[in-house]
Amino acid sequence: MISRRRVLLGSAAAAGTLLVGYALWPSRRRARADQLSAKPGERYLAYWIKVADDDTVTVVIPHCDMGTGIFTALSQMAAEELDADWGDMRAEAALPDPLFANGALVEGFALGREGLNRDSIPAFLQGSVLATGNKLAQFMDIQVTGGSSAVSYTGVYGVRVAAAATREMLIAAAAERLNAPRDAFRTERGRVIHQPSSQSFRFGELAAAASRYAPSSQPKLKPRSAYTLVGKPVARFDIPAKVNGSTRYGIDVSVPGMQYGAIKIAPIFGGKLVSVDEQQIAGKTGIKKIIKLDDAVIVVADRFWRAQRAMDALEPVFGDGGNAQLSSSTIRQRRLAALNQGPIKRDRSVGAGDKALQNGTSLECVYHVPYLAHAAMEPVNATALYRTDGTLEVWAGTQDALGARAFCAKAAGIRLDKVAFHHYPSGGAFGRRLPGLWNFLGFAVKAAMAMPGTALKLIFTREQDLRHDYYRPNVTSRFKARTNPAGMPDTWVNEYTTDSDSNAEAYISYEVPNQAYGAVKVETPVPVGPWRSVESSWHGFFIESFVDELAHQAKRDPFEFRKALLKNRPRHLATLELAAAKAGWGSTLAPGRARGIAMVACFGTVVAHVAEVEVSEGGDCKVHRITAAVDCGLAVNPDGLKAQIEGGIVFGLSAALYGEITIARGAVEQQNFPNYPMVRLADCPAIEVHLLESDAPLGGGGEPGTPPVAPALTNAIFAATGIRVRELPIAKHALGKDARPAAFRMETDRGSDAAVAIS
Amino acid sequence: MQIELNVNGAPRKLDIEPDAPLLWVIRDELGLTGTKFGCGIGACGACTVHVNGKPMRSCVLPVAAVATAEITTIEGIGAQGLNAVQAAWIEHQVPQCGYCQSGMIMAITALLAENPTPSDDELKTLVTNICRCGTYPRIRAAVRSLAASGARS
Repeated sequence: MISRRRVLLGSAAAAGTLLVGYALWPSRRRARADQLSAKPGERYLAYWIKVADDDTVTVVIPHCDMGTGIFTALSQMAAEELDADWGDMRAEAALPDPLFANGALVEGFALGREGLNRDSIPAFLQGSVLATGNKLAQFMDIQVTGGSSAVSYTGVYGVRVAAAATREMLIAAAAERLNAPRDAFRTERGRVIHQPSSQSFRFGELAAAASRYAPSSQPKLKPRSAYTLVGKPVARFDIPAKVNGSTRYGIDVSVPGMQYGAIKIAPIFGGKLVSVDEQQIAGKTGIKKIIKLDDAVIVVADRFWRAQRAMDALEPVFGDGGNAQLSSSTIRQRRLAALNQGPIKRDRSVGAGDKALQNGTSLECVYHVPYLAHAAMEPVNATALYRTDGTLEVWAGTQDALGARAFCAKAAGIRLDKVAFHHYPSGGAFGRRLPGLWNFLGFAVKAAMAMPGTALKLIFTREQDLRHDYYRPNVTSRFKARTNPAGMPDTWVNEYTTDSDSNAEAYISYEVPNQAYGAVKVETPVPVGPWRSVESSWHGFFIESFVDELAHQAKRDPFEFRKALLKNRPRHLATLELAAAKAGWGSTLAPGRARGIAMVACFGTVVAHVAEVEVSEGGDCKVHRITAAVDCGLAVNPDGLKAQIEGGIVFGLSAALYGEITIARGAVEQQNFPNYPMVRLADCPAIEVHLLESDAPLGGGGEPGTPPVAPALTNAIFAATGIRVRELPIAKHALGKDARPAAFRMETDRGSDAAVAIS
Repeated sequence: MQIELNVNGAPRKLDIEPDAPLLWVIRDELGLTGTKFGCGIGACGACTVHVNGKPMRSCVLPVAAVATAEITTIEGIGAQGLNAVQAAWIEHQVPQCGYCQSGMIMAITALLAENPTPSDDELKTLVTNICRCGTYPRIRAAVRSLAASGARS
């Protein structure tokens, strides 16, 4: 079903109204916020907005910095509504305190009053919801960064409103001072100006008096047409500290007396620790303790490298948890069997649905995507100190500081107010540090509790980080279509495997009169979790591959074919057309080169990519260029958005070309970057990003660049070679003379994937 | 054993095993945390430092091997303000999460010292650091601008 949140959001945003007034903040709570996090000379005026005597405006961001530039973009949105001077703007992370919980995000998703329903909760929030037992009051205690939500929810429903309310309070203070009506004032570049007299006040001069007013929950917001700062490129706040090594990530924390932990987790999923021979590392320098947990061993030493080397020398014995037979091929067979045997849960039917196939199927295809690891550059880590008085202090980078604090309290079995949590920027996250994916926090807390009074920094090696991730699920998807005599589809039936529920991301933007969707659940012991662009990372590949196959079956140009199916989708059409135009779609290319096109709309943003690839005679695939067109409504910081799309493309490229986590004998086979390769400068194509502006609500930026990459590539490979890649990654397939059997790690019958053309 | 290291122009005496990895000595003994741990096997380049001006992956470098060398970390190259690479990184808004950028900037700085006007092909062959955020297009643009100014000077 289309979840209620989307319907509500769409209509509310279109009408320019707000769901809830987040600016409203009782003065009692403002006083506490001042006490917790206002520096001398500054004070909170509304939720998330502090104004100082020296005119500095600080936006207190209920999100985490993982490199997407949201601290800067949210500050732009605040400065716009405030008419602040951009040079006066600052941003800081909100404290992980319930006082600074991101209610705007929760309300933004409009979970409704009928209670929480798992189907209505986006994947990146599910960890939070499930952890709180679906209690709305507790679910409100989150500061999640994910779902490309910072601008489109926190910004639109939170920060922007708070800033507009702050502006009204500053005007009220000026009006009081001059004993003049409020509507005689305007604001400009950090000043409140009395228009009749031209007398003006700096924000800083008014801030103390303004704090005596209550923020309005329904302040007047600027129309988009009046924006002067939002929509203009600005330099990101966080970059100067990231070029001189001074940004401190969680891994850089130093606490007096701190010791270091290296961990080895049971390699087979579900395995338990059987035994450890401590004699294997007896006498090694600096070793403090061997901590034996249910499913892991942690060696604690005075230096990390000593702990790590001792851990390498230790050969703990783990059980297999009954999963010794588990492998990628057995899981793949289970997915195929589930699709063939069902039961398939239908979640949407349009027109005659799958009944329309009674008269025949024109094309049937099956696609697969593998497990993927997040592999952020900063391996997961956390530092924890459990004191003998029963309090806990934790230092870490996550995607939800407040949620992480609550998680640590629960893990330690103590109250939230007994936990101090220090939050740090993340050296990449991509979903890995979201709620529900916190094995690193759990292990750090357990280890600290085994050594009361000692601060312990637990760092996963790259091997442990890769082998104990929560993976992007592997998914199989089957499509059936019936086409009319012109080759255009009149029926589209899609059934796919899922680790949880049906995905709205499977629904197509294309106009097909009869549609049916269904999912079949396949559960495995392999932990899974959100990975940049979540469900769209697989459905984007599936849908855009199948529509391309239909185009070729109809002997139509894939771009023209899509256009014909998007007549009633002007936003999608414009995006697709811009990508094609900028890429020179249809113009002649050098021999061996070809283009592929794909378009995916997700997180409120439409993205179309054209990939230009070259496949050598031997079968080596080189990606020369990716041309992207993006419509996110309005890009708050266009340069920042372009950077996110570029990054999303490279992320999608690594996955499409080589990305695959395989399971053998119940454990992950990949160990480190050499067998989980990443795109580097040498493999990175030229990337061009073109932005469109539309009147659509502000969409997300962090994720939408990723999904169209894989299908644009495989569609280009088909155009170049006639070989249709239906299973990622591309490196598994022989695209030329070289059979390269080593790339085929799965020993299954590939015949079942063949497209069946039924005449 | 006693080892004397020269890091960012300052001599430092340490009592440490000769096979301790330079990365962890820099980070945990000297407290210079700008140099990052990414893979531990010299595969990703997040730990890149200069040893006598050459880019080296410090996670696989035993400290005893560099006892007489001049070691420079990210904290050392910009000591008199930003170097040209760091300034270009701001100009082109290169970093995203920023975690790999210390190593990336060290690798590029060493490359440009050797060859102020590298081609795209030289750049991609000589700099193999991994950036998971995918900042490569901006790295390339920043290096092109540096090469252009290198060619002018």
